[in-house]
Amino acid sequence: MRKTVISLENVSFQYENQSNFALQNVSFDIYEGEWLAIVGHNGSGKSTMAKLLNGLQFPQQGEITVCGIGLNEESIWEIRKKLGMVFQNPDNQFVGTTVQDDVAFGLENHGIQRDDMVFRVEDSLKKVKMEHFLNQEPHHLSGGQKQRVAIAGVLALRPSIIILDEATSMLDPKGRGEVLETVRALKEEDSLTVISITHDLEEAAKADRIIVMNQGEVYREGSPEDIFSLDDELIHLGLDIPFSIKMSNAFRQKGIDLSKHYLSEEELVNELWTFRSKI
Amino acid sequence: MDISLQNIEYRYQANTPFERLAIKDVSIDIPNGTYMALIGHTGSGKSTVLQHLNALLLPTEGTVFIGSHEIKAKQKNKNLRQIRQRVGIVFQFPEHQLFEESVEKDIIFGPMNFGVSEADAKVRARLALKQVGLSEEILEKSPFDLSGGQMRRVAIAGVLAMEPDCLVLDEPTAGLDPRGRKEIMDMFYTLHKDRNLSTILVTHSMEDAARYADQIVIMQQGQVVKQGTPVEIFSSVPELVDMGLDVPEVVRFQRKLEEKLGLRLEKTYLSIEELSTAVAELLRGAPV
Repeated sequence: MRKTVISLENVSFQYENQSNFALQNVSFDIYEGEWLAIVGHNGSGKSTMAKLLNGLQFPQQGEITVCGIGLNEESIWEIRKKLGMVFQNPDNQFVGTTVQDDVAFGLENHGIQRDDMVFRVEDSLKKVKMEHFLNQEPHHLSGGQKQRVAIAGVLALRPSIIILDEATSMLDPKGRGEVLETVRALKEEDSLTVISITHDLEEAAKADRIIVMNQGEVYREGSPEDIFSLDDELIHLGLDIPFSIKMSNAFRQKGIDLSKHYLSEEELVNELWTFRSKI
Repeated sequence: MDISLQNIEYRYQANTPFERLAIKDVSIDIPNGTYMALIGHTGSGKSTVLQHLNALLLPTEGTVFIGSHEIKAKQKNKNLRQIRQRVGIVFQFPEHQLFEESVEKDIIFGPMNFGVSEADAKVRARLALKQVGLSEEILEKSPFDLSGGQMRRVAIAGVLAMEPDCLVLDEPTAGLDPRGRKEIMDMFYTLHKDRNLSTILVTHSMEDAARYADQIVIMQQGQVVKQGTPVEIFSSVPELVDMGLDVPEVVRFQRKLEEKLGLRLEKTYLSIEELSTAVAELLRGAPV
């Protein structure tokens, strides 16, 4: 049985001066060690969800439980130790004057002893492969490098859950690759739970599970294969479908019979090869 | 309006200890009506080139021709204002530049700054809003009460209201969701065609470069390293990979498939439709 690390029960949230609910009656569980992608168009409520998960906002209705603790204004500091967040804009979350200061910032806030701090700073920078940049200033770093430092800052606090709130959407393709690869390696090594809030469907394709948000509600939940079989429905929701599905659909329309709906690019290439050898 | 960069060089903070050469010997011709994509890594000099297109930066060597204006290095240059009116730049995250108390005031600020009357500017504001897909109802709203996607559109409307002959777009869709991205890119393409604009798109998206551009220029370390049509540029995948650049998904897929099947298709296809048609024909065709 999978262990639940976060659960949301009938959560609703409304911003001040807004007539609509940003989230309405949202319930789902997040399991230990999984990579969960939460996708949705701009304004679907996915970023609000991130804010609720680490207590930047509190729901008007419903309950959120993180690692068995009910989330409220008293428990929030305890919970933030377990749950680290990486935001969208690399420039808005770099607070230190150097790379190592930036990573140390969170530790200082949590009152970690100096010896331990020095160790944790280096250790977490090593994990994101930024240990050679200790004394570099932020403007010497690329966007991808800054985001990796942000991840190190989060890791130094030894969380069990990492939330990426569109953490790659402002990066170029190279930076995006670097960041995702880093998080993936960390997830394996430290058995972290990763929640990635994104509208990049190629990124979501690699998750264990996907939740699709639409207008403040959970629209669908399932494996990438389940979700991508929604096809045009995803496009109506303002999302896209992964390239390999578009390509498969085009082949089907031209009378090439493919075995299943969702194939990765490699699988699709292999299928076409098989198709040809049968002729 | 034709634009031409001839052997331009730009040094930041020239004649100081902080001097840094950003671009060198860059020559690019942009005949009227061209849709050109400018691609390259962060730090390759794209943004420096872009700022020469409306004389925000003046070259430290070489000459820039913008329509009938000639901007030569080391010369006193006049009438830069007129140039800036004809070349509109949509910077990255243009919503950061919104500042007025209402959407309408924000959009009319640019045209009025260039001497358009308030009444005319307001007419333009309405038209520009329509072009970016927003309704007139938001004219009186504060731009800061809008969603991120709407703010982006208002900022773009501010550039369109200047009615430029040339649009320079620096990653105009970064951070938008897929539908928003497509809507904005299609909108620019329609304007490009309808008004016979010249468009220069700076992008990391090879899909967009392949889909919209007639010409692609690749920059690396401050220099132009390659220029051609999308088919020419994307036909040599190894070269692009060596430069650390992506290739469009369709091209990447075509190469993978060719390798697996041990053959080479006749040409490089840039759309799913074209590639699937070619492959389907091949698969159904006579056995090899």
